[in-house]
Amino acid sequence: MKSESIPLVFSFPFPLLSLLIFTPWAGAVLLTLLRGASALTARVLTLAFSLSTLAFSVLLLDSFDPAATAPQFGERQPWIAALNVHYHLGLDGLSLVLVLLTGIITPVALLASWRLERSARLFGALFLTLQGAALGVFLALDFFHWFVFWELSLVPAFFLIKLWGGRDATRAAYQFVIYTIGGSAFMLFGFAALFATTGTFDFNELARLGADGTLAAKLGAGPIQFIFLGVLFGLAVKVPLWPFHTWLPPAYAEAPTGASMFLTGVMSKMGVYGFLRILWPIFPQQLHAAAPWLLTLALGGVVLGAWAALRQTDLKRMVAYSSVNHLSYCLLALFAVSYATGRAGLSGEAATAALSGTILQMFNHGLSAAALFACVGILQTRADKNNMGGTPMPRGTGVSPLGLKDFGGVRAAAPIFAGLCGIAMFSSLGLPGLNGFVGEFLIFRGVFGLHPGAAAVACLGLLGTALFLLTFWQRVFHGPRAEAAAGEFSDLRGVEYAALVPLVLLMFVLGVAPQLLTRLINPLVTAWAGHLVLP
Amino acid sequence: MNLAPLQLCLLFSSALFCIGLIGALSRSNTILVLLGIELMLNAANLNFIAFWRYGANSEPATGVMFVIFAIAVAAAEAAVGLALVITIYRHQKNIRLQDATRLKG
Amino acid sequence: MGLSVQFLWLIPALPLLAAGIGSIAPSRDRTLASGTAIAALALSFLLSCGALLTALANPADHATHNFAWFELGHGAVRLGWLLDPLTALMCIMVTFVGLLIFIFSTGYLRADARFKQFFCFLSLFAAAMLGLLIANSLLLLFICWELVGLASYLLIGFWFHKPAAAAAAKKAFITTRIGDLGLLLGMVWLYDSTGSLLFYDGGNGVLEPSVLAALGGSTAIGLLIFCGAVGKSGQFPLHVWLPDAMEGPTPVSALIHAATMVAAGVFLMARVFPLLTPDALTVIALTGAITALMGALIAVAQNDIKRILAFSTVSQLGYMMLAIGVGSWTTAIFHLLTHACFKALLFLGAGSVIHAAHHEQDIRQLGGLRGPMKTTFATFAIGMMALSGVPFIFSGFWSKEAILHAAHAWDVSQLPLYLGLAAVVLTAFYMTRLMAEVFFGAARSDAAGHAQENPPTMTVPLGLLAVCAVGLGFLGTPYWPWLQHTLDPLAHVEAGGYGLMMVSIVLVALGLGSGWAIYGRKSRVKSSAADPLAVRAPSVFAFLAARMKFDELYAATFGRLNHGLAVFADALDRHLWDGAVRFFSRLGEFAGVVNRETDEGALNGGFDATSEGLRKRAHSYSRAQTGDAHGYLLMVAFGFVVLVFAVLLGGAR
Repeated sequence: MKSESIPLVFSFPFPLLSLLIFTPWAGAVLLTLLRGASALTARVLTLAFSLSTLAFSVLLLDSFDPAATAPQFGERQPWIAALNVHYHLGLDGLSLVLVLLTGIITPVALLASWRLERSARLFGALFLTLQGAALGVFLALDFFHWFVFWELSLVPAFFLIKLWGGRDATRAAYQFVIYTIGGSAFMLFGFAALFATTGTFDFNELARLGADGTLAAKLGAGPIQFIFLGVLFGLAVKVPLWPFHTWLPPAYAEAPTGASMFLTGVMSKMGVYGFLRILWPIFPQQLHAAAPWLLTLALGGVVLGAWAALRQTDLKRMVAYSSVNHLSYCLLALFAVSYATGRAGLSGEAATAALSGTILQMFNHGLSAAALFACVGILQTRADKNNMGGTPMPRGTGVSPLGLKDFGGVRAAAPIFAGLCGIAMFSSLGLPGLNGFVGEFLIFRGVFGLHPGAAAVACLGLLGTALFLLTFWQRVFHGPRAEAAAGEFSDLRGVEYAALVPLVLLMFVLGVAPQLLTRLINPLVTAWAGHLVLP
Repeated sequence: MNLAPLQLCLLFSSALFCIGLIGALSRSNTILVLLGIELMLNAANLNFIAFWRYGANSEPATGVMFVIFAIAVAAAEAAVGLALVITIYRHQKNIRLQDATRLKG
Repeated sequence: MGLSVQFLWLIPALPLLAAGIGSIAPSRDRTLASGTAIAALALSFLLSCGALLTALANPADHATHNFAWFELGHGAVRLGWLLDPLTALMCIMVTFVGLLIFIFSTGYLRADARFKQFFCFLSLFAAAMLGLLIANSLLLLFICWELVGLASYLLIGFWFHKPAAAAAAKKAFITTRIGDLGLLLGMVWLYDSTGSLLFYDGGNGVLEPSVLAALGGSTAIGLLIFCGAVGKSGQFPLHVWLPDAMEGPTPVSALIHAATMVAAGVFLMARVFPLLTPDALTVIALTGAITALMGALIAVAQNDIKRILAFSTVSQLGYMMLAIGVGSWTTAIFHLLTHACFKALLFLGAGSVIHAAHHEQDIRQLGGLRGPMKTTFATFAIGMMALSGVPFIFSGFWSKEAILHAAHAWDVSQLPLYLGLAAVVLTAFYMTRLMAEVFFGAARSDAAGHAQENPPTMTVPLGLLAVCAVGLGFLGTPYWPWLQHTLDPLAHVEAGGYGLMMVSIVLVALGLGSGWAIYGRKSRVKSSAADPLAVRAPSVFAFLAARMKFDELYAATFGRLNHGLAVFADALDRHLWDGAVRFFSRLGEFAGVVNRETDEGALNGGFDATSEGLRKRAHSYSRAQTGDAHGYLLMVAFGFVVLVFAVLLGGAR
């Protein structure tokens, strides 16, 4: 993405992108004002506002021109003149894919948490705030408000985990927020230093300066290295890059189902997006220099993440580790591209494949991990219900962690649930015909062309993923019936269908017809791969 | 004995001061102590008049002005003093000065 | 009436459609599920016959139909269909054997509550296998390859409430996936080197001479692809899943062992044969030879009827790989086709026995079934003789002879030939043992005693397969090698070689004779009686019965390694990385404590001490204030007196 400073390619008759971001926030405000609303009203309102993203996305898809690689639907207004800050939004193929993902995951996550007992109004308001902030991150092109959105997303996430979470939720929420804020602080310092040197916060502007080497020349080799490391740390914690991932398993495990789905489906993508949008374009030389180390770390996430998942007894922690594993593939591909940049005879095809694979994997992991969390959530509600003799246990009051050993033979009791969960599992495992395969294949194809050794080691991760997912499946769904499932383990009901079926359908559709997504990103990725040069 | 009028006045005021001082020291009735203090004050006033009248620069009525102020202040002081006496009486049912030691450090 | 290549996709699409219909059909409607599955496969069979007619019109031609799957960069990822005699013959075999197995299953699973799902999975299995056969792209082949793995996982674990079945399904999936990783790497390597994964693409496909000439590292690519075949086709050292896969219902075993899954590996190697270098072929030949002998050895000491057949499959697959390794892929396919028929026959025969004997699978508990189950006995005997290689009539003889001749003609080493010949004796021996134990003598359990012949849905397929087990051999005899020439018009078939043929006939006779001498003449009386071989060589027999301890070996090495890695990864997270985080948070807390202490101790404390001192001094000063008004006045008087004296003594001016 070494594109020149962007003249607005296409301006929509009305500020579509701002509407996209602020409609959920308007919903959040509305929900806080409606003091007397019943839980059902609050839920329906939340769902309606969260669906707005999907509705606007239809408009976006209608007018989006995939062939143009510059940001589209641009909005640019001077904001803080003294700091040269502009309110600058824009959308390219990468942003569009992630906006679509947000639009799909949020309503589904809300449906998965439909039966949550406590304070539906506050839950909805927080969730919509989170959605708007995530969209802002994907659309902002100026560091100033990009960072505002980035940090703002932590606040509702914190409360969602703390107030509706499990037994250790408070600790997990604090760890999550403090760790990620700690990371962002370094990033903020870095950008302050960049601003002091260049006088701009604009991503495109900075990318241009980074690409032609001006930035390094102005800052000097030492300082830019520190700035790079600071920004890298901020993003690495968010993704998370192994070994900065230790906040993730407790946070995902303690969060309520819907929040876990959103955290893994959308928020983890914010970090990868940051790598693609900020770190890689602005610091090409530094990323290239650090790539061998970073490749090692990404491989650590791929391999050790999978094997650590094998060791987990808590189901949600296991799915959380699968996220570490899957996101590491995205970073692996990006680092491999950066590693090979500037090498004589670099295969543009391999880089294209790797980068396309990264974006597809982001989307696909969003679907499959969210679906897996939804399934674990359903298992959990059933188990709570059985343990409490028919009354659902309110969350946040000491729910026992869910062990692999607590279940067994669920497939016999709930065949439809087992089937949908199995599809989600095989999608996560990268079975061809489902969505996960295409992204992983492209990543492997690309990484092999750029760094064959890394591809060979990463293969172990595929094996590990299969091992722990099948172990999970065998323990929970196969074998004789076990304690927690021994009561009436009823099959799926209305809202649960609504949460799972769309995700599973998308898995099939994207597995067979990946061109629905690649169509949107291919020119962009091809342009990226065509400009792989070091300053 | 041939004394200047100023010296006579000063002697007189010194005597008045001593009478007031002795009165204030020797009585235990608070009101009488106040009376003694008034006498000492008036001795001082007398000095003002005397220095003004027989001093070097007697045209502006400076001495008189001081004295008039001092008398006004003394009147206010007396009022406050008497009010204090009444309050002390309310508290300790007498006005013996030796008993009124509540303000000690 | 031929089927042109554009419509080749219909062959896998029909079973896939049947699987789709089956998955949404109501569970109670048994005939709908089985009916659509059987009808779809029958149609696919007819279409395959049409495809064969088209292919035979020009056997040397590789008709393709390629299309873009999705755009990538300036090009696209492309897939395609391929129609040549290999594809067509394999399709016919899969659909025909599959069809008979489907029909057999309607009888075998009559009483199962999940009858519908079973047919749904069977259709999926067939569809994936057929998709693999028609693929003109290694990528499409890999996709279907993995789907075959999925279907086998679902079917092996069909009775998932049995922990053994669930474990076996997982083992099959994981073990084959280890091989698949090699295949994946080989595939991306090939893609990276050539920029294409299409087999034939008008001169640009990876199997076409111009591309092959420019390809570097093809030995490594070939061996990586072979890894995939090792996993799927149960070659040493990844054969361990195949015997365990017997936990699935018997028709599934038949399908896996005859028509679909294990055939996929051999088919893959035959398909990518032009890619394989002499070095890679040597490895393949040796692997195949070792597998052939090892499978036969282990089969000698097994007691479960299905496991004997399973290890015989391992052994026979070794023969096929051997044939590919020595450069004669056409004979490998010949043996694959004949083996598919007689192994399906044997498995369905075993299924018939098991079904009749109330799921008794231990050959020591059976016996004497020759009388009550005449059809099963007759057909099973034909299958057994075909597998053993009884000369001239049975198909197995001709295909095995072709392989041995090819091995004989190999100029690198004669070792594979000797290993293959040793396996010939053993094959005849263990099959004789199986026949003698199951069908001869007296019934040794109630289950075997009450066994009755099964209904026609199960016996008719047996009869049809028996006919094929005899007839197929005549397609590839040295006197009329039609099959070899159809598959590869340039193939050179070893004619003659009567010496080798005589040797192998003698070896078969030796195997049959010794088997009959040990097990047939004096049949087992009690089910608990020790095996005659176990009496003579107990430690060897026990070692073989324990399957050469491969499972134990893997559990002790890879199992431990896996567990260790998991513990390591988890401990690393919990202690090192999370420890580092805890350290930093402690550091933060410590900084906070230090900050508080400095604030309260140094700064606030100093302030407090100063003001406290001031307060104390003020207090002591205030002691001077007695509150005694007379005292004050006395001081005034004293001061006055002092003043007066000072004036008088100092002499005021």
